[in-house]
Amino acid sequence: MFANLANLFRYRGLIQSLVARELKARYRGSVLGFFWSFVNPLMLLLVYSFVFSTIMPNTTKGIQPYALFMFCGILPWTWFAASLSESTNSLISGGNLIKKVLFPAEVLPIVSVLTNMVNFFLGLLILVPSLIFYHRLHLSFALLWFPAAVLVQLIFTLGLALILAALTVHFRDIRDLLANILTLWFFATPIIYSWTQDNVKAYKALFDLNPFTHLAISYQEILFFGPVGHWKWLLALGVGSVLLFLAGYWLFDRLRDSFAEAV
Amino acid sequence: MYFVFSWLSFLGSRVTPAIELSNVSKVYRRYGGRQFSTLKSALLQRSILRDLQPSETFPALTDVSFSVPKGSTYGVMGRNGSGKSTALKLVAGITKPTSGTVKVEGRISALIELGAGFHPEISGRENVFINGIMLGLTKREIQNRFDEIVDFAELREFIDAPVKTYSSGMYMRLGFAVAINVNPDVLLVDEVLAVGDEGFTHKCLDKFAEFKRSNKTILLVTHSLNLIERFCDEALWLDGGHAMSHGDPKRVVGAYLTKVEEGEERLLAATTARAVESASQGPTGQDGRDGQELSEQPADPTSNMFQATEGRWGSREVEITDVAFLDQAGHPSFVFHSGDPLAVRVKLHAAHPVDDFVFGIGLFNADGVCCYGTNTYLEEMQPQRLSGDAEMVFAIESLDLVEGTYKLDLAVHKVDGFPYDYHRLLYTFRVKSRVHDVGIYRPRHRWTFSPAVEFKKPLG
Repeated sequence: MFANLANLFRYRGLIQSLVARELKARYRGSVLGFFWSFVNPLMLLLVYSFVFSTIMPNTTKGIQPYALFMFCGILPWTWFAASLSESTNSLISGGNLIKKVLFPAEVLPIVSVLTNMVNFFLGLLILVPSLIFYHRLHLSFALLWFPAAVLVQLIFTLGLALILAALTVHFRDIRDLLANILTLWFFATPIIYSWTQDNVKAYKALFDLNPFTHLAISYQEILFFGPVGHWKWLLALGVGSVLLFLAGYWLFDRLRDSFAEAV
Repeated sequence: MYFVFSWLSFLGSRVTPAIELSNVSKVYRRYGGRQFSTLKSALLQRSILRDLQPSETFPALTDVSFSVPKGSTYGVMGRNGSGKSTALKLVAGITKPTSGTVKVEGRISALIELGAGFHPEISGRENVFINGIMLGLTKREIQNRFDEIVDFAELREFIDAPVKTYSSGMYMRLGFAVAINVNPDVLLVDEVLAVGDEGFTHKCLDKFAEFKRSNKTILLVTHSLNLIERFCDEALWLDGGHAMSHGDPKRVVGAYLTKVEEGEERLLAATTARAVESASQGPTGQDGRDGQELSEQPADPTSNMFQATEGRWGSREVEITDVAFLDQAGHPSFVFHSGDPLAVRVKLHAAHPVDDFVFGIGLFNADGVCCYGTNTYLEEMQPQRLSGDAEMVFAIESLDLVEGTYKLDLAVHKVDGFPYDYHRLLYTFRVKSRVHDVGIYRPRHRWTFSPAVEFKKPLG
């Protein structure tokens, strides 16, 4: 297992070019092309702003402008959710590679996660200027926690992606199951509401069980609120994520030989 | 002497095999029976671990051993489903053997699925790079070989177009060009020579020859016996996952052909038995023909050759009870070689003695063309008496037919054409030939040339 894990480093060139390919291919044939990567989050932000300031204004104190607050959680969530649904399907859609070519299968879910991470970064290019414009983002040492949050999320997502990708080869229902679980998970995470609201605090113990709660809160603190009080949770999740990743990789490695036959 | 021999064997042992399979078995598993195929049921029954155990197995390879010396070309042949591709995948490392060991030395490139991993939306150029990286090249290596790859694929003017606009031939050519330029030590080829036109196939063969010259190892899986005989130093014949024979390609191909003939014999025997049975089940004069109509049928079987439907009709006053094709040794057979003798033995039974009878025979090829037809009346034999059980043999000294499947008409009828028993296209036999000449008849022939015309001596 650890030998294979070391091989991952050797595949970095392959992973890099596959991520580049996915990004290129995604918008090939469209007029705006790569520009869509910026237009999409921008449109989303504008729509949210309009809806939550004019149509059904959210005036909860402390999280204004609400659309921006929400966006701080939605961007990382989109990365997470899209990565999982894509990597769950990645071994099956890449079946030709696994069956016919000597190809390191773990590269496929990893590429899904990384491609969506790049999209996340591109979304930040819309979010960060907006935050600065509304004077929400402050240059401080708190910003140093941002790469840590991204790293924790990356490892956490990779671990889950490997497990889901490997199991989906044998149990195709996971694809449909996952779509529903992700919807539930989204609403169970303080993204469109704040964990500081009183009716949320009442269930704190339950929220603490949800790993993405800590990521969402961390992002909101780093980008929106300023002082980072949640870092202990983030570090704990970091340790948990590394364990999850190792467990995921172990499971993936165990099932590896069955992929070429079961895909 | 002894010293020399031991020295030679010492040299021999230094030729390390590039590929070595020892006692390799591969059992394909089906994970989970039908009832356990969903996660839900697995969770409900807390049986995930059990479901990940195989429940149905299929042996694709059983105890196969072979080794390919470095620098040689090794052919693997066999019918569809015989385990050839499994063997190749094991060597490529795509699947792992269930038991036994697979050892491969050096960098492998597998021409199994050409262009697997091409992305349709992006250009040929970008795909070459990504495909090359997938096959283990670095960016720089691909850069250096890029022109060679594009020229080999003959796609210079299309290289910047998205791959989805390529024809399947262009797609395959590009895939082949990348894979072959990986510059492997061991090249695995699975039936990919059929991808291009004649010119491209020749180019591929030239490339293989170049590989051979530069002392690289090629493992070739193919249906083309011709390719095995021409190209390979050694061959392996797989059947049903078992190694049937390996060694000298000519010998292995010979053994394979013999086996194929046996299979064909069985098949033809079964087909013939079925045809005779189904034709004999209906009432006499089936297909709506009554006796009157039949009596108008000309005695010559060639005139209705375009209604090539098999069948049987007649009054059965004289009945054909058994028909057999006999080979040189008098054994019943269904497969003959062009130029062999063939005898048709017909057993008859006359319900009551008759004095008006003609035996007829007609030979048809697969297109329904009559290759030959004759009867005893045409050959001016005057019938006198036929009674009880009888036997007739129609012997052909030399079967001068081209390769193909042939069907036989057999009939006993009256001189005026009234059928006693007419068997239309019920009997099938096969003619094999190593020469793939064409036509409906092979006249005995030979070629002579003046000394100004020279041919190369045949190889081997």
